[in-house]
Amino acid sequence: MFNKEYRVALQTITYKEVKRFLRIWVQTLLPSIITTTLYFLIFGTLIGSRIGQMKGYDYMDFIVPGLILMAVISNAYSNVVSSFYSAKFQHNIEEMLVAPVPGWIILTGYILGGVLRGLIVGGLVTIVSLFFTELKIAHPVMMVVVFLLTGVLFSAAGFINAAYAKSFDDISIVPTFVLTPLIYLGGVFYSIDLLPVFWQNVSLLNPVLYMIDVFRFSILGDSDIPLLYGFMVIVTFITILIGISLRLLSKGIGIRN
Amino acid sequence: MNALEITQLYKRYDNGFLAVKGIDLAVKQGDFFALLGANGAGKSTTIGIVASLVNKTSGSVKVYGHDLDADPEGVKRCIGLVPQEFNFNQFENVFDIVVSQAGYYGIPRKKALERAEVCLKQLELWDKRDEAARELSGGMKRRLMIARALVHEPKLLILDEPTAGVDIEIRRSMWRFFKKINAAGTTIILTTHYLEEAESLCKHIAIINKGEVVENMDMKGLLDKADEEVFVLSLEFPVKEIPVIAGSRIEGLDETTWQVNVRKEFGIHAFFDELSRLSIKVTGIRNESNRLEQLFVKLLVNKEAADV
Repeated sequence: MFNKEYRVALQTITYKEVKRFLRIWVQTLLPSIITTTLYFLIFGTLIGSRIGQMKGYDYMDFIVPGLILMAVISNAYSNVVSSFYSAKFQHNIEEMLVAPVPGWIILTGYILGGVLRGLIVGGLVTIVSLFFTELKIAHPVMMVVVFLLTGVLFSAAGFINAAYAKSFDDISIVPTFVLTPLIYLGGVFYSIDLLPVFWQNVSLLNPVLYMIDVFRFSILGDSDIPLLYGFMVIVTFITILIGISLRLLSKGIGIRN
Repeated sequence: MNALEITQLYKRYDNGFLAVKGIDLAVKQGDFFALLGANGAGKSTTIGIVASLVNKTSGSVKVYGHDLDADPEGVKRCIGLVPQEFNFNQFENVFDIVVSQAGYYGIPRKKALERAEVCLKQLELWDKRDEAARELSGGMKRRLMIARALVHEPKLLILDEPTAGVDIEIRRSMWRFFKKINAAGTTIILTTHYLEEAESLCKHIAIINKGEVVENMDMKGLLDKADEEVFVLSLEFPVKEIPVIAGSRIEGLDETTWQVNVRKEFGIHAFFDELSRLSIKVTGIRNESNRLEQLFVKLLVNKEAADV
């Protein structure tokens, strides 16, 4: 099933994706580092010192996991959505469609590109955080696993957005009006324990909450939600989004005429 | 086994437009096949279906025996496509575009680098290999798409208006290149608006009109259907009054230049005999190679009349 030709095609797509975001690193890698540094500085150091503790942790320590994961989510998503949409826009997606590359190889290549960008930016943001706090990682293996799973999930989401997009406006609507609110309301800056019961229950409908919670557990060793639920939500969403992406590719929806 | 076999191909777009209406077509191995038709006739849709860029509504497509439904990857391995519109990443450099295309076909990187070099040298783009595609001229961009299409050594090369917007010198060098690779065994399907191009390159021809094949035969047979030849004559002295000569139609382009349409059954000898009798001396003669164009227009006009 995974023959030598497919391996070469996958390497080619992934290499091209990585080369693309490294070539324009000022647009792709730097912004998240600047933004997160400002968050660390303003919310962590300046305002955080007045907030005191959140769930028994210094506020800076509490927000670090969420901010790292926010960088992974937004970078994985935007890498795939912008790269795949511009391949559609310039029609160079046709280079892959005329070649004997199955849809799942194309999808895997784009997802690997998104995950690698998410990992690089996430890693850089983690390094930056060391300037503001002493980061002690409770479960490093779990941290890497959540890094990877979150990257896969949001890369697949970006792919679906790009496949349906008909203009550049369409690729900025979802990140602005859906992704950003979900991240900000997903417990990056607060514990849902602070919310009234009704809003706690509403928050539980937000899938990003589970990802941030599991990731926070991997660093701090403490979470709001049982770990199993967190992983189940992540895996379920990955399965659904990859299923939709593969269907779009096999039917050619948003890709072929 | 034919290089391409299309049977009862239909394509209806989502907006309800029926672009291809039951096309049957066969292209022999080693052929240089012209697919002609006016804009919107269904040529590019047909090519798009064969190249897996457009989903067909129904019908069957076979390329070198590989069925598009049962073995799409087998079909894709056989085809190299040069599309009508530039479809490469404008920000990528020339060499990377060709090497990546080889990679999509599963060609290992070392071999891909070698083949890309050969293709770019053949198309005289080797000196431009490190330039971004957007920096190239129109002709170079067309040649880049040809190099990219050839990097996996396809058996069937599909050229969708490959010389559109290219100056005559480059066009003729591209013709020589196409003839060379066709002679080496590559089957070529060409769509073009330059009918002179089809006439000079192709062995067989199909004409598509409104999604249907209205003519499909060898080029010589088709040209034999043309009932008149067109010449441009240079005269030694100005002729005040254009004579009326049976079996011909003369149009004065200037005082000493005529465009002459001579009916085949009348014959060119009889026409020149009549000129001699009238003491009109011809100092030069040029064949206007637009026989196919006349025939093309005539076929489409006849079809329109039949439809009415």
